[in-house]
Amino acid sequence: MTVNDIKNLLHADVLCCEDCLEHQVHTACGSDMMSDVLAFVKDQSVLITGLCNPQVIRTAEMMDIKCIVFVRGKTPDNQMIQIAGECRIPLLTTSYRMFTACGLLYTNGLSGGNTN
Amino acid sequence: MTDEIVLEYHVSGDDFTRAGEASSDIKDKLKKIGLSPEKIRKVVIAIYEGEINMVIHAHGGRITVTVSENEITMVLADKGPGIKDIELAMQEGYSTAPDNVRSLGFGAGMGLPNMKKYTDEMDIQSQPGTGTTVTMKVRL
Repeated sequence: MTVNDIKNLLHADVLCCEDCLEHQVHTACGSDMMSDVLAFVKDQSVLITGLCNPQVIRTAEMMDIKCIVFVRGKTPDNQMIQIAGECRIPLLTTSYRMFTACGLLYTNGLSGGNTN
Repeated sequence: MTDEIVLEYHVSGDDFTRAGEASSDIKDKLKKIGLSPEKIRKVVIAIYEGEINMVIHAHGGRITVTVSENEITMVLADKGPGIKDIELAMQEGYSTAPDNVRSLGFGAGMGLPNMKKYTDEMDIQSQPGTGTTVTMKVRL
């Protein structure tokens, strides 16, 4: 699945790094707790979250996460968009809630990755 | 690599939104050195968790990263309140972080366990009222 596929499935708006939409995403992680995200390394992952602060971008940067989706219409501020741009991480925002966003991606073939 | 490379950072404890800037810079520098993405990820996740801890608990501190031929050594030192019971603090899910930190996405009691998980060696020296020094190593 590409970042562009995620954008289309979630009817999401792209807030930065539009040139990264063809990047491949293999796994997904849905969480508002960044320490939980940091506990499980996944390969070429998308982070789906309702948390909206600069630490979400920093967490994604450390984990080499390929894309961040903000649910429930959360919109990051300019500082977050700037950091994400520097890190080359596309930011998407969707009006879907967390459960629905995760369900749509899962039923379209995105997995949660290994459990360990 | 023949010479050691030493990176040093002061972490401000005043602004949670800026936590992670040191870890981000360390990641850039390790990339330029040419380390593998897997090693870099281990190192920067461990440092990032430590940097967050410094900001949450200790009003900031110092991070020193030494890259030698065979290993990366990370020392995170603060003059915060210290850790009363290190064994308890190492348990997943145990946290003394205030509620406002949880609303920011941290304080789940995963910081120290994550630091141990991603490094090959970890040592914590702490005295209540004096501060904490965490030393971690990742072998190359």
